[in-house]
Amino acid sequence: MIQLRYFASLRERLGISDETVSLPDNVDTVAGLQRWLQDRGEPWSGALADNRLLVAVNHEVVKRATGVRDGDEIAWYPPVTGG
Amino acid sequence: MIRVQHEDFDPGAEFEQLRTGLQAGAGAVVSFIGLVRDLNEGDDITAMTLEHYPGMTEKALDAIAAEATARWKLLDAVIIHRVGPLGPNDRIVLVIAASAHRKDAFRACEFMIDTLKTKAPFWKKETTSQGSRWITTHG
Repeated sequence: MIQLRYFASLRERLGISDETVSLPDNVDTVAGLQRWLQDRGEPWSGALADNRLLVAVNHEVVKRATGVRDGDEIAWYPPVTGG
Repeated sequence: MIRVQHEDFDPGAEFEQLRTGLQAGAGAVVSFIGLVRDLNEGDDITAMTLEHYPGMTEKALDAIAAEATARWKLLDAVIIHRVGPLGPNDRIVLVIAASAHRKDAFRACEFMIDTLKTKAPFWKKETTSQGSRWITTHG
């Protein structure tokens, strides 16, 4: 299983803050996982198409080509605005 | 020392705690306090909510303090950031850098707040008379 998390405006647009899913067959990168999520249709397809979104795997910001494995926590979120 | 918390912090008490724990040779302490601005893009802000990514936020702040400590040979570093509902003029963030000399403390303090603003997973949502909106970065 993998844990998916969404924050701030993205969380509101998706109407969900987190979910646990089985790592889909043939998915081994963040990019592949994102395509799989977008293939579920709206609101995923539109919301995740925003290329300003950042992705973190196990709390480290990564590029879309980064691998994902069973047990990972993957988060999508908009540019940060703290401080 | 880093902390993420809902409640307000007391800058004087935080400074005293750091000061009394400093080793001999500390000659400079520089601090930064960030406040909720009550005006953004021309609208009065009546409330703000800060969201964060529990777990990742603490790691990010730890990494920022550690990098500043290594680069400027700090004797101590503090980052405290609030989350949850806040009002105009409320304190949001406290950053403190302690070093032997002032230049290192000034630079490290600026580095920590600048890096926090672009790297640490916090998000501000502000409420105005026009409704609520997420603050977005420009450029």
